[in-house]
Amino acid sequence: MGKRLAVLDAERCVGCQMCMFACNRRFSSGGYSKSAIHVRSVGGFEKGFTVVVCRACEDPPCAKACPTNALRRRVGGGVILDPSRCIGCERCVDACVIGAVSWDEEKNKPVVCVHCGYCTRYCPYNVIGLEEV
Amino acid sequence: MWNVLYVDLSKRDFWVEDRQDLFDRWLGGIGVAIQLFREEIKLDADPLSPDNVVVFAVGPLTCLYPMASKTVAIFKSPLTGNLGESHAGGRSAVAIRMAGYGAIVIKGASDMPVYLTIGDGTVRFRDASTLWGIRSTVTVGRILREREYGRGLRTIMRIGRAGENLVRYACVVTETYRHFGRLGLGAVFGSKKLKALVIYGRESIPVKEPRLYRKVYDEIYDLAVKSELMKKYHDIGTSMNVNMLNAIKGLPTMNLRYSSLDKAELISGEYLAENRLGRRVACSHCPIACIHLAALREPYEGEPYFYKTTYVSYDYEPIYALGSMLGISDTDGMLRLLDSVEIYGLDAMSTGVALAWATEAYEKGLITVNDTLVELRWGYVEGYLQAVRYIVDQVNQFYRDLSLGVDHASRIYGGEDYALAFGGNEMPGYSTGYGAYLTYLTGARHSHLDSAGYSLDEKLLGKEYPPPEHLIDRLVEEEAWRQILSSLVVCFFARGIYIADRVAEALKALGINHTRDTLIDLGFKIYREKYKVKLDLGFRIDSLRIPRRILETECCGRSMDETYLKAALKYFEEKVKGMLSET
Repeated sequence: MGKRLAVLDAERCVGCQMCMFACNRRFSSGGYSKSAIHVRSVGGFEKGFTVVVCRACEDPPCAKACPTNALRRRVGGGVILDPSRCIGCERCVDACVIGAVSWDEEKNKPVVCVHCGYCTRYCPYNVIGLEEV
Repeated sequence: MWNVLYVDLSKRDFWVEDRQDLFDRWLGGIGVAIQLFREEIKLDADPLSPDNVVVFAVGPLTCLYPMASKTVAIFKSPLTGNLGESHAGGRSAVAIRMAGYGAIVIKGASDMPVYLTIGDGTVRFRDASTLWGIRSTVTVGRILREREYGRGLRTIMRIGRAGENLVRYACVVTETYRHFGRLGLGAVFGSKKLKALVIYGRESIPVKEPRLYRKVYDEIYDLAVKSELMKKYHDIGTSMNVNMLNAIKGLPTMNLRYSSLDKAELISGEYLAENRLGRRVACSHCPIACIHLAALREPYEGEPYFYKTTYVSYDYEPIYALGSMLGISDTDGMLRLLDSVEIYGLDAMSTGVALAWATEAYEKGLITVNDTLVELRWGYVEGYLQAVRYIVDQVNQFYRDLSLGVDHASRIYGGEDYALAFGGNEMPGYSTGYGAYLTYLTGARHSHLDSAGYSLDEKLLGKEYPPPEHLIDRLVEEEAWRQILSSLVVCFFARGIYIADRVAEALKALGINHTRDTLIDLGFKIYREKYKVKLDLGFRIDSLRIPRRILETECCGRSMDETYLKAALKYFEEKVKGMLSET
């Protein structure tokens, strides 16, 4: 069985974006442009936050939309990217209705969550966590 | 590489320069901003003319370490005519660096309302005519949020009607609840017809020593969330000071006639947390979430079961200025006043102090209802709500004068003895003793945050004060170190974590070599550069006004002696002179 990253309670989110910076640190760089997780306000800080993470679909639409099979199904749900096959068409981005596939502008490839859970260590409010699937 | 974005509003032009030279030498933030300001400003520039220059700067830790979430703004202050400096968090710092800039320099003035979108390596000038005059800064934020690109990855800085109408203590609001509050940056924006800045970006910042970087990062993160160092900012927040200062009699009340307030607990952090707290939010890349939002539920008059719920951000300083200073201990009344200054984009602290002076002047007959148009009375919330609107719209000569600050108004109408401004800036909320007031007098921005003298006072409670020279030395040392924090740029709340050795290590992981000693030394150098600009702009230590009121009302149960303050200022003046003569 695999694990997947899940939003446990978005209402507890304070919008600090620590998870986004954590995701980015996996690539030894600062900022959040390579983050696979996204936090944004629900139309203003007073209304709280939306936390967008990959749902680890069993039958992922992003993989189905990929014309080159660069996105393959991952055990436990979600996908794994094979960058050497990716042609940068961005169809995967459109295919994900929750907007969980983001884009690495530098490399012109998608950024997809690998459900490693590194970000969860940096969420002090237990908004996100790893779940057994 | 450190790029600086220059925007000329008069020419509707922009360009980028590599200013690695400045960042190498001065770190970033205030260290760099003061140099950029110095390069561009004409010393005799009218602060509300196109000649004024605004510099925003972030630093080497921005986007890389937790709590490095602040942006420094430098400008010539229309309130004091001297150096203007104001800091804000929200998403401003991260957005600026993610857009690829270490600093943004804005000069000139537009001939029509504009807002700028900065990102993707370009600057777009947008027509803001439709946004000009909109009643609420919240609405302006909502419009820009829906219209512009970059959700979650941007800052939206804007001014309200106070800034448009050039109230000298208008602020710039960012992410609805954070502010470049003090010294009138909002009026400078207004004079440039600059309604808003939307900044976004998706840059990447490579790290020199990834392993060390993650180690130092984790150490800082763990201290932030697991130790006691930051807990108080998260739990109750800065408003915990209300009860604390009230108990030791250091809470400025009713224009500082008193130093404690009956029923202060009703506007205290503890009370608000239990009865009104609706949500906590955080600045980008800060796990603390010190921003406390009260849910203010108000009925519409005459319509049963029809309510509106407004989220009002509260902190100690606005509560002091629009609560105790005005004799208000009505929880919702205080929150309504806080909300009204938010909507108009006024600095809460200056507004409260100006209204407190006006109330006393009204009571003493220096001004009448013909001037104020509404009764000003301690605790009378409705009157103050009206007066806030009159300040913003400057409905008559009196309010035009009051919109220029309490120093100016008291020069015209009298009551200078109780006009509580220092160096032209309305006072912060600590009446704790020599430390606090000497900070207000000597601090480069006349803010309690410059050198935190109040904290020395608290340590000296019940003890003898050291000689004035000793106190000044400690304040200067503190202010010099804070220049490093403001250059990195980290939030002052995290000062207990960002101690010199740890800062040196954090920088090392990024390939920047410093030691504890070189950092402390650089802090003094930046402080010197700042004070030099301040003096060049006409600041004179020997002409600082000491309002009599602070000598009449006891601070924490004891009176201050003017000779001590004067001796301290004299010594400070010599110290600055000595500092500036060093090469």
